[in-house]
Amino acid sequence: MSCSKGHHCCQNLKPKNAMPEMVSIVDIKNENPFVKTFTLDCSVDGQPGQFVMLWLPRVDEKPFSIAYDDGQNLELSIANVGTFTEQLFTKKPGDKVGIRGSYGKTFQYEDGEHLVVLGGGYGAAPLYFLAVEAVVRGCTVEFIIGARSAEYLMFEEKAMQLKAVKVHVATNDGSRGFTGTSVDLLNHLLNEGMKVDRIMTVGPEMMMKAVSDVALVRDIACQVSLERYMKCGFGICGQCVVDESGMAVCMNGPVMDHKLARAQAEFGKYHRDKVGRKKEW
Amino acid sequence: MNLAIIYNNVRFKNPLVLASGILGVTGNSLKHVVENGAGGVTIKSIWLKEHIGHPNPTMIGNEHFFLNAVGLPDAGIEKAKEEIATYLKWAIQEDGSVKAPLIASVVAGKVDDFGETAEQVAELKPHLIEVNISCPNVEDELGKPFACDFNQAARVTREVKKRVSKIPIIIKLSPNVSNIVEIAKSIEDAGADGLTCFNTFGPGMCIDIETAQPILANRVGGLSGPGLKPLVVKMIFDLYKAVKIPIIGTGGVLTGRDVIELMMSGATLVGMGTAVYYRGVEVFGKVAEEIRQWCEKNGVEDISEVVGRAHQ
Repeated sequence: MSCSKGHHCCQNLKPKNAMPEMVSIVDIKNENPFVKTFTLDCSVDGQPGQFVMLWLPRVDEKPFSIAYDDGQNLELSIANVGTFTEQLFTKKPGDKVGIRGSYGKTFQYEDGEHLVVLGGGYGAAPLYFLAVEAVVRGCTVEFIIGARSAEYLMFEEKAMQLKAVKVHVATNDGSRGFTGTSVDLLNHLLNEGMKVDRIMTVGPEMMMKAVSDVALVRDIACQVSLERYMKCGFGICGQCVVDESGMAVCMNGPVMDHKLARAQAEFGKYHRDKVGRKKEW
Repeated sequence: MNLAIIYNNVRFKNPLVLASGILGVTGNSLKHVVENGAGGVTIKSIWLKEHIGHPNPTMIGNEHFFLNAVGLPDAGIEKAKEEIATYLKWAIQEDGSVKAPLIASVVAGKVDDFGETAEQVAELKPHLIEVNISCPNVEDELGKPFACDFNQAARVTREVKKRVSKIPIIIKLSPNVSNIVEIAKSIEDAGADGLTCFNTFGPGMCIDIETAQPILANRVGGLSGPGLKPLVVKMIFDLYKAVKIPIIGTGGVLTGRDVIELMMSGATLVGMGTAVYYRGVEVFGKVAEEIRQWCEKNGVEDISEVVGRAHQ
């Protein structure tokens, strides 16, 4: 950003977008009884695994993983889990919300690879986006999703419509597909001889830790997506820093190699709340 | 050439300090900033008890300015003890030398609580204590900052100095006053060992014109960023003439040239915070290298030579 004299001229300062822009909701779709996908009339040039900050004036602003961005419309798949999402769920097509981003790192893989994407709960949304892009890049994808029971599953039918993507479903209660966790299903498929170049996983941290353990033992490349409390999204508020490296997850993640995640003493153990206090998972 | 600076008998390997409120939530975060080149670090302001801060949006900005109202969230003194211990364990080496000194920022709503917080923090043995009497975005809760009144500013200084004798006390000033020299002098007379100049400006406000709503949840927030630097340089210039205690200059610094400019106006150390937004956490190492290059090109062998040079 310097000019030749070492000055920093205004025109060379191009910091990350840090100002919300109001955009319209163009469509709202139920994914399951708890999750809605909001389609917005904007693009943030988002990549799978990246996130945006969603602002509801006079309420709050929270980070959400990008469920889809085709260059025209941004989609966010959001579970109703708290006061913020309760407010969001009252919105209708035509209403406006604030968006800034995209932020964070995306998944890394090579063209033509055979990938496992493994989503727990809401993690299926960014992984569907990833699968769409991976197929365009000549990859084949094993799409593993798991949930407590069938009613919590997301994106199963959408993923089934993708060419070169094979969908595998696990439910804890056996109400659909394999009985057990998505990690049990991964182990089952690997034991049956499934070959894979890379595993990408998004979901609860303890689940991702278990996936990472499998990948480590079997020597398979693996990427995880860490969720930490975030305020700014661009590496200065310090809320999402992790022990012991001290790096900010919003800049060095959320998607990172599982070995980098494992090098963090807190991975699979704790995270921090809005005042920076440690909270065990 | 020598980039090291001695400030209140504490040695900094270079004059660059992480300003309070940016990144300093954990001990390991401070370590990360030092690994990226900072000469010293300031921990995010410590309260005696948990303080929640404001909802989001708390930080907004663009290429011209940055506006924040994070509202000083902190888990309180117990968490601070753990984080400071984590940092000092890493920073203090076997031979007793320090990789980068720790400045512990303390904040409170009442004069007595400043004393109590500083006393408890002093037990953790940070190298310096910075007293934050100037945050512009907690006015709804705490009233006008103490730094805006020379009597109040001096009262806090005396209270903290009375209860902490072994660690230098730095008072962080507000730029949002008409009598900065008078306030700084009253703080010096009350026994302060140094000044941090300055906290953010304003407060300011940004309104989203689609919804006609202020964007920050707190409606108003402290202004920072490159455009403020001439105001900071001028006020530090005035203060350098008026007080003898050394100054940590902060405000609008993004480059090595900016650091030299603040030091020439009278700053001994230079804080950077918003610069992390513009240039990433790597900014500290980059700026240190820019300072070195400028000094070598301009025949400066010791960086301390430039302090106050604009007054010669």
